[in-house]
Amino acid sequence: MNSQLPALQIVLPLLGAVLCAVLRKGNLAWGVALVTSLAMPVISGLMLQDVLASGPISYAMGGWAPPFGIEYRVDAASGFLLLLISLIGAVIMPYARLSIAAEIAEQDVPWFYTMYLLCLAGLLGIAITGDAFNAFVFLEISSLSTYAMIAMGKDRRALLASYQYLIMGTIGATFFVAGVGLLYSMTGSLNFVDVADRLAEVGTSRPILAALGLITVGMSLKLALFPLHVWLPNAYAFAPSVATAFLAATATKVAVYLMLRFMFSIFGVSTTLANLPIGEIFVTLALAAMFGASIVAIFQENVKRMLAYSSVAQIGYITLGIGIANQAGLTGGIVHLFNHAIMKAALFMVLGAVVYRIGSVKIDALAGIGRRMPITMGAFVIAGLSIIGTPGTAGFISKWYLAVGAFEKGWWWLVFLLVTSSLLSVIYIGRVIEVTWFRPLSKEGEKASETPLSMLIPTLILVAATIYFGIDTSLTAGIASKAADALLAGLR
Amino acid sequence: MKLDLILRVATKLLCPFILLFALYVQFHGDYGPGGGFQAGVIAAAMVILYAITYGLEPAKRAVPPAIAQAMIPLGVLIFAGTGVATMLLGDNFLAYNALDHHSPVHGQHLGILLVELGVLVTVAGTMVAVFYAFAGRGR
Repeated sequence: MNSQLPALQIVLPLLGAVLCAVLRKGNLAWGVALVTSLAMPVISGLMLQDVLASGPISYAMGGWAPPFGIEYRVDAASGFLLLLISLIGAVIMPYARLSIAAEIAEQDVPWFYTMYLLCLAGLLGIAITGDAFNAFVFLEISSLSTYAMIAMGKDRRALLASYQYLIMGTIGATFFVAGVGLLYSMTGSLNFVDVADRLAEVGTSRPILAALGLITVGMSLKLALFPLHVWLPNAYAFAPSVATAFLAATATKVAVYLMLRFMFSIFGVSTTLANLPIGEIFVTLALAAMFGASIVAIFQENVKRMLAYSSVAQIGYITLGIGIANQAGLTGGIVHLFNHAIMKAALFMVLGAVVYRIGSVKIDALAGIGRRMPITMGAFVIAGLSIIGTPGTAGFISKWYLAVGAFEKGWWWLVFLLVTSSLLSVIYIGRVIEVTWFRPLSKEGEKASETPLSMLIPTLILVAATIYFGIDTSLTAGIASKAADALLAGLR
Repeated sequence: MKLDLILRVATKLLCPFILLFALYVQFHGDYGPGGGFQAGVIAAAMVILYAITYGLEPAKRAVPPAIAQAMIPLGVLIFAGTGVATMLLGDNFLAYNALDHHSPVHGQHLGILLVELGVLVTVAGTMVAVFYAFAGRGR
């Protein structure tokens, strides 16, 4: 049965989604989603163990051998991402029941879980597939279900935010598939490994450069790289809390992974990358995101929106790792992908709990709430410290690797900018901490009490993880370093 | 009412043949042009034609919206179920060879047919459900 694990990773959530749509009862659908979500980390954990012990796993879909059939391929990089997505899904699902019941109309609840499981299947599919067109299909599955999930938000503006994301996301996906089409016409293959081999023979030509450009821009839209991030703040601010926490932790990360795959495992193999200023472009845009988005975040009145801008800034750190493109830098980028997912999910889950208790995330409504919900807001403080990058939390580890990578490249000024941008996050996180703990209690805050346990425990698990991964880095940095090796192997 | 007599009679005559053609495209799909998607669209077109000529309510009596909506996940279930069946028979997901242990060719035939049946059910259900949703607006 172990050999069927790659297929089960995708088939189980897909079947779960169908089952939710057939059952049409809120609690039953939640039960299905819970069981499926809890099975996912078991499968991805077993696969990652296999990969670390005995090299990449290859699975031939439908019995058709690669490169002709669709290949599912798990290596250190994709296995790490699979584990991340499935862990986040497993932690969020127990939390989801109360939050979703409070925020979504009763007849829509089973549809939400259907969409959630479809999105889970799509995101896991992008990580596991070794086929460029299959990656596009999974990208569309996850995106379409995401649009539906965002549109289910209580606020009427959720519909507009979802529409905006629909347009931007579709443009991104179109760019991506056009790039894949050009690659296919030049190499005659869609399998990642096969395309990389053939690309080395084809060499650099104008269609290849166009494909590189199209795929980079398409993925940058999906991962919300700085000037292409405009869809993200509204989408995250108005989506249901559970959807925001799940998407913030996984959706953009998967796009980063796909970009890494194309950059390093495919284009990196030929001489294409060496002659282009790609690293410089990424570093510039990453810096613009780190500063621009952080400054905008400081002035937000809606805390959920503030965290969304903070996400754009944090994606800047991840792309900075791609721009630095040496072992330490890329490790930093991949570790930050994992660490940011954990801490940002924790922060959005805290806000979900606040919405559940007082029904608002306006900064004025949050005044003094720390005294009514001490454990929940304490969780916010710890996850917030991790966003800032305080030593002893996960956020410090990734910034440390990025700084080491920058030093190794001789870019000492980048280290200075890295620290300066962290100071900006001190301001926007600090503002929330100041308001929630030191101001007199707001009118909305008077009805607040501690979060129910089923929502509190998952949040605390993630917060504990941010501290744990800030001290013991053998799992995160260890695997990330292996993943960076696997990706950079294409360059040598 | 009297003026559209030709339309009404023609629609009534055409409907069974449209459905028959849909099934022809479906069963022809595994060794010629055609398949579940086209068949599903043709079958849904029959319902839509009926609704346009006779009105939305009679169409909803013939094909209730609840059935159309239930068809959407059902088709996916048939598709994925075929894949799970091949896994249970000891082969990879959707590896149809396992479906018939005497002859892999027969297995492939059966597998394609089942998968395309799933596509037909989902596509037809989705088309009709989308039509009902749009046609029912503003009433």
